[in-house]
Amino acid sequence: MKGWLFRRAHFSQERIVLAITIALFVLFSATLNRFLTSANLLSLLQSVSVLGILGVGMAIVVIGRGIDLSIVAIMAIPVAWVLYMMNQGVPVPAAFALGLGFSVAIGVLNGLFIAYVEVPALFATLATGAFVYGFGRSQLFNQDIIYLPASASWIAAVGRMHVAQVPIAVVFFAAISLAGFLVLRYTKIGRFFYLIGENYLAARITGIPARPMIVIQYVLSSLVAFIAGTLTAAAVTSMNTRVVNSTLIYDVILVVVVGGIGLSGGKGGIRNVIIGTLLIGILLDGMTILDVRYTLQNLIKSIILLVAILVDSIVNPRDEQTDQQGDI
Amino acid sequence: MARHKTIAALLTGLMLCTGFLLSSPAATADGLTDPGLAPYVTALKGKKVVFLPVAMGFDLAEGWTSGVRQMVKANGGSFAIRDPNWSTTAEAQALTELISEKPDLIIVHNPDVQSLARLNEKAEKAGIYVIQVNMRSSFSTDAYVGANWQKVGEAEANALVRKCGAGTSGKVAIVQGVLTAATSVYQIGPILKVFSQHPEIKVVSNQAADWDASKAKALTTTVLQQNPDLCGLISFWDGMAVGSSAAIREAGKTGKVYVVTNGGGEQMACDNLESGNFDEYVSFDVPRQASDMNDAIKMLFQSKEPAGSVKFSLYTPNKILTKADLKPGSCWSMKNLPKS
Repeated sequence: MKGWLFRRAHFSQERIVLAITIALFVLFSATLNRFLTSANLLSLLQSVSVLGILGVGMAIVVIGRGIDLSIVAIMAIPVAWVLYMMNQGVPVPAAFALGLGFSVAIGVLNGLFIAYVEVPALFATLATGAFVYGFGRSQLFNQDIIYLPASASWIAAVGRMHVAQVPIAVVFFAAISLAGFLVLRYTKIGRFFYLIGENYLAARITGIPARPMIVIQYVLSSLVAFIAGTLTAAAVTSMNTRVVNSTLIYDVILVVVVGGIGLSGGKGGIRNVIIGTLLIGILLDGMTILDVRYTLQNLIKSIILLVAILVDSIVNPRDEQTDQQGDI
Repeated sequence: MARHKTIAALLTGLMLCTGFLLSSPAATADGLTDPGLAPYVTALKGKKVVFLPVAMGFDLAEGWTSGVRQMVKANGGSFAIRDPNWSTTAEAQALTELISEKPDLIIVHNPDVQSLARLNEKAEKAGIYVIQVNMRSSFSTDAYVGANWQKVGEAEANALVRKCGAGTSGKVAIVQGVLTAATSVYQIGPILKVFSQHPEIKVVSNQAADWDASKAKALTTTVLQQNPDLCGLISFWDGMAVGSSAAIREAGKTGKVYVVTNGGGEQMACDNLESGNFDEYVSFDVPRQASDMNDAIKMLFQSKEPAGSVKFSLYTPNKILTKADLKPGSCWSMKNLPKS
């Protein structure tokens, strides 16, 4: 803890965002009735869990200097297909296996395009995202929102479960964050992700299997997306495929970037995702309690983000290295 | 004028027929030809009807399509759909293209009050009949068929006034959809007006969840934390209300928070009433709306009046459903709609 606080620049973006997060937390705790209760804090976490889980998936890809714009489509469409199959009477395990297979296939496809065909990640995943949505909606099912069939109400019961007071979604967020942390920090694959993100060519020359690693990254993000989708479906007993066209993808990128994982790759970790997620969670929760008008909420959210980015670019001006690397 | 002439012609025809009949009793044995039938039968022949919903693939659009398509095709017309898939830009573009394509009638499902208002007017000026469905733009065209959002709002508010009066906390929450949608703007006013006449009702939260169940769930969870004694909740659409009821169920408050919502009355609504997720449901009855649209189409084509010369509205009467008055057939099922 102490190590990273004092290493590198005094005010990295991560610390600026952390400071804003803590400031907001203190402010809301002092001014809002019932903000600082364990129940409210847990529900705060619960409402951003899915966002945080998607953030972990995105972080894995961004650290390797990629980006996965298809993550929301992979969250929504395979899971909607699973629900659709369950409605048609397909046994639950079979439906889940097919849905999982579908998401992994898209992850592999993303990886192949990016690593072997060398399509920029931005375009490849933008295209696969649109493909997954179009394919799902036109070929797999023709409904916009698919509801959990009454016969599978146990899934909804699992979605409502609490493990020692902690909602299941938060448990999943914690578990996936931990898994992501362990993979990135302690496995060879994880270290390779950082090296590829830092300097792709150098990583290849050193003998790192860069291309397979990229495929693995996208498969991991697809898997994470599928889990996030399953949690969403269990929580609200339905899957709304319209979410693909919503601003959720920006929120996911936001959580990653605002937390301090640079889009230029090779930097940051799960910790950053958690900080970014907490900031959004605290903001949303506080503004809902205050019953701030919705349009005003967007304004406040964007101002806080702008401030974070501005402060970062003032205290951490671009140096020669970051300039050459560039963002995506 | 044209109508008067038609009526005069019909009357003359009728008189001639009667005269003829009186003079030759043999004709009665062969039966009579209904004089109104021919104009009715030919009215839609070869006419091109296009439906422009905000999107396909959800209960309302599918229900309307099924009903209208059957009628138009059965009467010799053609039916087409343009699906902009929730994109207002794509919908505006589709409508612009349609205006130059010039079908005989367009059914427009507006995404909000403003976006397509000018284009609706342009289409009508180009001589195309325009029927607006369920969400009216600020420009009124030949016909509006759809819910009376004012009545929907009043019904919802009155339900909570009834349930959350004396002896309760009187605290209610409102979950709106997209703020600019006609459903939201026409619904919220009457709700707040009803509540303002009942000081015992306190609106503790009035938020928008963009028609998204996940967002609705998150904000309902927070509202419940803040107001554990919440008495009632209005959600502006059934597809979004499932998120609020999931939050309520998770907090163990199903049955304690009175959930009122509205929608097209698809089977999903009855299922949720049955399971206690919803307590009261204001249905605007999609099959009924489809049949109202069919009436409007038939009337416009038979009138032969140029587009824009008559303006009328057919508001769907609300059907209020609670668990107690559920019957088989209270809801319609998207699964059972004919495919073509």
